[in-house]
Formats: sequence, C-alpha cells, structure tokens
Amino acid sequence: MDTTATPTLNYLNNGHGLKSWLLTRDHKRIALLYLWSVTAFFFLGGFFALMIRLELLTPASDLVQPDTYNKLFTMHGIVMVFFFLIPSIPATLGNFLIPIMIGAKDLAFPRINLLSWYIYILGGLFTITAALTGGVDTGWTFYAPYSTTASNSNVILAGLGIFITGFSSILTGLNFIVTVHRMRAPGLTWFRLPLFVWSHYATSLIMILGTPVIAITVLLVAVERGLHLGIFDPALGGDPVLFQHLFWFYSHPAVYIMILPAMGVVSELVQAFARKNIFGYAFVAFSSLAIAIIGFLVWGHHLFVSGQSTYAGLVFSIISMFVAIPSAVKVFNWTATLYKGSVSWDSPMLYAFGFIGLFTIGGLTGLFLATLGMDIHMHDTYFIIAHFHYVMVGGAIFGFLGGLHYWWPKITGRMYPEGWAKFACLNIFIGFNLTFGPQFIVGYLGMPRRYAMYAPEFQVWNVLSTAGATILGIGYLIPMVYFTWSIFKGEIASANPWGARGLEWEIPSPPPTENFLVTPIVTHGTHQYAPSHEVGIV
Amino acid sequence: MFTNFPFFPEAASEQAGQVDALYFFLVAVTAFFMALVGILVVVFAIKFHRKHADEVGVEIHGSLVLELLWTFIPLGITMVMFVWGAQVFFHMTRPPKGAMDIYIVGKQWMWKAQHMDGAREINELHVPLGVPVKLTMGSEDVIHSFFIPDFRVKADVIPGRYNTLWFTATKPGRYHLFCTQYCGTKHSAMIGWVTVMEPSDYQAWLGGGPVNGSMADNGAKLFQDLACATCHLENGQGRAPSLKGVYGSTVTLTTGQTVTADDAYVRESILNSQAKIVAGYQPIMPTFQGLVSEEQLLQLIAYVKSLGGNQQGATK
Repeated sequence: MDTTATPTLNYLNNGHGLKSWLLTRDHKRIALLYLWSVTAFFFLGGFFALMIRLELLTPASDLVQPDTYNKLFTMHGIVMVFFFLIPSIPATLGNFLIPIMIGAKDLAFPRINLLSWYIYILGGLFTITAALTGGVDTGWTFYAPYSTTASNSNVILAGLGIFITGFSSILTGLNFIVTVHRMRAPGLTWFRLPLFVWSHYATSLIMILGTPVIAITVLLVAVERGLHLGIFDPALGGDPVLFQHLFWFYSHPAVYIMILPAMGVVSELVQAFARKNIFGYAFVAFSSLAIAIIGFLVWGHHLFVSGQSTYAGLVFSIISMFVAIPSAVKVFNWTATLYKGSVSWDSPMLYAFGFIGLFTIGGLTGLFLATLGMDIHMHDTYFIIAHFHYVMVGGAIFGFLGGLHYWWPKITGRMYPEGWAKFACLNIFIGFNLTFGPQFIVGYLGMPRRYAMYAPEFQVWNVLSTAGATILGIGYLIPMVYFTWSIFKGEIASANPWGARGLEWEIPSPPPTENFLVTPIVTHGTHQYAPSHEVGIV
Repeated sequence: MFTNFPFFPEAASEQAGQVDALYFFLVAVTAFFMALVGILVVVFAIKFHRKHADEVGVEIHGSLVLELLWTFIPLGITMVMFVWGAQVFFHMTRPPKGAMDIYIVGKQWMWKAQHMDGAREINELHVPLGVPVKLTMGSEDVIHSFFIPDFRVKADVIPGRYNTLWFTATKPGRYHLFCTQYCGTKHSAMIGWVTVMEPSDYQAWLGGGPVNGSMADNGAKLFQDLACATCHLENGQGRAPSLKGVYGSTVTLTTGQTVTADDAYVRESILNSQAKIVAGYQPIMPTFQGLVSEEQLLQLIAYVKSLGGNQQGATK
C-alpha cells in the first residue's frame, strides 16, 4: 500500500506485514481478505465458464471429452455459487460497511469474523483439491442417486468443501444479526437503518436458518456413498427424490442470499445518485424480509416434473408467484425514486440501472417457471440457465460491481478512472445480454442443459452466446486492471466524493481502525438530502 | 453461414398449442413490464439529470395509493398466470380414458420402449397420429427425464417408481427425444427420435417388428417361470390372493388400511413383498428384488392388468 498519500493513521497503514493482516480482527481488513479471495474464485469460475462456452461453439464434443465437460460445468457451478455469489457482497461490502453504517467500532464478534474467513479458505482448499485430483462430475446440485451410486468422481471431497464453507456463511450471518441488534449507535432506530443493512439482516436470517440444511444434505450424500444406508437408493428402500427436497430447501433461499444484498446496494446507489430518500422506505425494508421468509416456502417448484403430487405442485406454484410481488415492489420503488431526483450518471449508478434492467428480465422470466403448465416444457432447458444467470449472476455482479465502485474511494482512499469505469460497465452489460439473451430462445426450442453435444439446429444461438461470453470476459478484466492501478496511482479521494449521505461518508477515507473517534448520535434516516429544517422527520 | 435460424419449436401435439398460448401471454406480460420499467428509468434519468453539482432531489417519502396499486396489480396478473398454468398442467398430467399404453425404461444411456403387443425399440419411439398415448416410465439406474420439445411434454424417469406422461401427436414426422436430467458421461448422447405415423402405418410397423409375444404374454410366462402361480391360484384357494380383477381395485391390508392396486403397488409387492400384506394372508412371499429387471416388472404388471379389473382406477 502507498501510505504517503494518506497522512493520517487509518486501517490500512495501522500495522504492516503479512501477520498484521492474517491475524487482524478489524472488520475492514477482513473484508479485504474476502475481497481478494472471492475475486480469485470468481476468475477461476469464470475460466471454467469460458471453457464451457468454447466447447459449445460447435454441436460436436470436440474441444474436451464429455467427462471433462461434465467436470467443467460442475466446478463452474460449485465455485461460482458457494465461493463467489453467496459470500461476494455480504463478506466484502457487508463486512466493511455494516459496522460503519450503524455507527459501531466493529462487528459483535471480531474473532469469529476472522475465523469465518479461515473456514472459507479451508473449504475452498478442499474444493480445489477435489478439482485437481480428478474433479467431480455430478453438477453443483449433486442429485442422488447419481452422486451416491453412479458417479466415480471426487464427490465426497467436493461435498466436504461445501460442508465446511457453510460454517463460514452461518458465522457471518450470526455476526451480522447480533451486530445489528446490539451495536446500533444511539438514535439509530430500526426505521432509520440504511436499506443496505436491512437487506443484510434479511440475508443473514436465510444464512443461519438455511445453511445447516445443505450441510446435512451433503453429509447424507457422503454417508450414503460410503456406507450405502439406503437413504436415497430405492433398491434399499430409500427415496431418490428426497435429496431434491432437502437440496432445494436451502438452495432456493440461497438465491436470495445472492440477490438481497445486491438489492441493498442498489437501494443505496439509487438514493445517493438521485440525491433523494427512497420512495416508500418501509415497503422496501419489509419486502427484503418478505422475500427471505417466502423464499423458504417455494422449493417445490424445482420438482414440478419429478412426479410430486399435483396438489403439492399447485401450492408451490402459487407461493412462488407470491415471492414475485415484493421483488416487483422494489423495482417500482427504485424507479419512482428517480422521479424528481437529481440523477447523476456516475458509473455506480450505471450499474444500478443495469441491475434494474437485468433483474426485471430475470424476475419476469422466473414467472414462466413458476407457472405449472409452462415449466414442464422449460424445466432443465437453457431457458432455466438464462433465467437464473439473469437473476443470480446479473443481479449479484451488477450489485457487487456497483457497490465496489461506489465505496471504492472509502475503502482505498483513491478514485478510479471514471471513463474506464463507464466503458467497462457498458461492456459488461452488452456482453451479459448477448451471452444469456440467446439462451432464452434456444431453451424454448428445447436445448437441454448440461449437454456437451447438441443438435445442430441449436448452433446459431450458441455461437452468439459464446461471442457474448468473450465480450463479458473482457469486460470483467477491465475493472481488475484499473482498480489495481488506482490503488497506486489513483487520485486521492475526499471523505465524501459523491456528496452522499450516510455515516460511512462522515468519516475519513480510508477510515481509521476504530471507525469513529466519538460514537455518533443519529437523529434521522440515512439519505436525507432535504433542506435541514425538514431533517429529523423519518 | 447459418441457413437455420430457428426461433420457435414445431408444435406437433395437442398439448403444444395450449403451452404456446400460455407462452405468448407470458411473453406479452414480460415485454410490457420490461418496456414500462425500461422507459421510465431512461426517461427519469434524462429528464431529472443533475443540472449543477450541489443540486438535491425533491423529497417524496412515498404514496400509499401507488404502493398498494403496484402490489395488487402484479398480484392479480400472477394469479391469472397461476390459474391458467394450473389448467394446462391438469390437462397435461391426466391422461384421457382409453389412452394407448407404451412402457419406457431409461438406462445410462438409452431409452428402451416396449409396445403392448411386444414390439420393442431403443432410442426410437413409434406412435400413431391423433391417438392419446400414455407412457409409463421407470429407470434402471439414476434419474433421467423424458422430453419431447416439439410436443412440450416432459417427466422425470425415476428409479424405484413409475412416472407417467401422455400426449396426442398431431403432425406426422420425426421429433427429437432428449434426456434432460443430468445422468453422467453420455447424458448429452441420450437422444432418440419419436416417429409419428398414420394409425394404419403404425399397425403395419407393429406387424413388421420382431414378434416376441405381447407384454402380457411375456408377463404370463414370467409368472409361471418365477413360480408366482404356485401361490397366487386363480380360484383364490392358494396361500396368496388371486390376482384376478385385482388391478385398479381397492385392497384391504392387514393393518386395516386400504390401498389402490396400481402400477406402483404391484411393483412394490413384487420387490418389497412384506411392505403391504393383504388382509387374511401371511407375510410369506419372498422378495424378487434383483431377480427381475425393470422391463420384466413392466411385463408382470401388464399380465396382472390383463387379468381384469378397474383399469382406469389405477391410472394416476
């Protein structure tokens, strides 16, 4: 780190050397440890994605053998879901900002926070070992009985990686919940909390309630594989569909672990760059909780073609429709917030616009899949791939990058080159739509997912998709380059470069180790841009 | 470079039209809201673009009327989707009476089909035009999924249980048949063709195929070979109940509970014979787990079915 540019003592120059980082209890330093590790996993998962797209350039299986292809998409899914999408925003931006946003010196359990990073790294090492010693070919969903009886790959090792990483997620969620309950500054009532904090609170609920179920599920797979107890094997009296119920009981809410924090980021961005309080604060805050709660009741929409009872299908279909409502409310509220705002087009706001567009497409196409008669045709086709990439990946990445740009000056004390940032954002938006847009069409045409080879009539859409993935890949590299450059050469950032509101903008950039020299007293909600005589009403 | 630029799959079954109509409705709703949100965001972003550096937005805290409007209008629209989707789904999951039976066994990595008269084929399925066809499907190993995109039908094929699927083909031709549930190395090679023929051609094709005896005949032979007939006497005087007229009827168990004698019950009684004992009989039947293949099970079921009973009562 270049310390000459930051004359005062801050969390970056307060202590040097590897040991001061690896043994830190400062939530901001731990956030940076996470930032580096999730970025590494992101590019690893992205490499697998690019290999998949290159293989699909032609209908034949010519770049890699089918077994290799199966391992590629499995590793792509595992790495991206468990090691990037789930921890990305909570463990980096959440870790960095939640204590600052609520006026606290640190999280409630600083040592547990560091422990959760070590657990994450340990889980990652298991998974990478599984990949390097032969790989795993079950798909990230590990469906039994394929994973328990048929697959000859490293299922147990990869499962252990996920099992271990789950504890990291549980500890982070626990830490956030206790922190938000116990450590808010005087005057910071629940209805003055920044929406970023609300969304992380809702996310944490899912993390601590859902994650144990996936941990138990992968443990059952390992036990069944090793001991053949007959949990999932019908020949021994087991139920092959039971796994799907257990798996989706976690993995559907997990989608909201990926998307809720991004929604929190977008709520902050829209307010900061429209210089305006959000339209309908309470609706937006409660819609986060509604999504978290209803999200636990919809897992059966992954089993519409599994032969589950027709009436179970009906119940899961209607509840899945309900979860669309709080999501729609958020989109309308963000849009309404722009009305009569002072809207700037700085790059973080461009990411917020991109998020709203991609999330709208992803959310609406989700309704196709909640609709019973429609899902039968679309289930396990590329339509699904397109839909969940729009929601999970488009949502999480645009939220993550938008937030990273917005808080970058706070985190590093340096500005990034705005022109390059705008260019990269446009590049990513175009690349993303060109990659996943064609997959809706080829999905309705009937191209199944997880195919190393496909029928020739699907080729044209796959060529377009691969072209998009190439553009997208380049788009992801550009911020890597200019962020790295800005750490050393970027313009020095002021405490509040955007003229935004919120406790994080009232302390120096980068923040001192203790965040606040004096505990702040909060008298109003975060984004009060109104004239001062109106401030105080919430 | 590409002469083939397909936008839409062929609609070759009765179901396809219904699914497509629903699809167009959903696409229209999607397009409308996409345009609405997209246009509003762009218009607001331009119209309210920041004029000078210290400008702030106008304070608007919200509007209960607007919030309720955009909560309940989407709720209404999604309820239309739900009801319409459920109607299509009910139609898709309930085969009409008298549908023609064909049995399918999925296996890494092929589809095996057995027609009632005994004709068998692999990765090919011949069906008559305009006749409702009901597939009863089981798996020999892992979960597969049977998918004919041009018919808009799909169902998982699961080891240990039977799943059904039905369609009425409306256009002669050859259509792709895919496996959509990931099943290992050659998942993407588990592809077959469905051939839709005029009913008379189908009859001719059946006659031209290898003659192995009908499924029920093969089942009857197995019934003798496996010595089932020594206990299940037709006159009901044996150590086990007579199977005459049992299929589709309600059976009372020793526990006092009742169960419908459908495909799943017959299958379970063969493989896990102690699970549900008929009232008045001793649990003495051995298990045939590992002794009969999935295809033989289907033949045994066809035989039990041929002994009479309430055929429709047993369809799912």
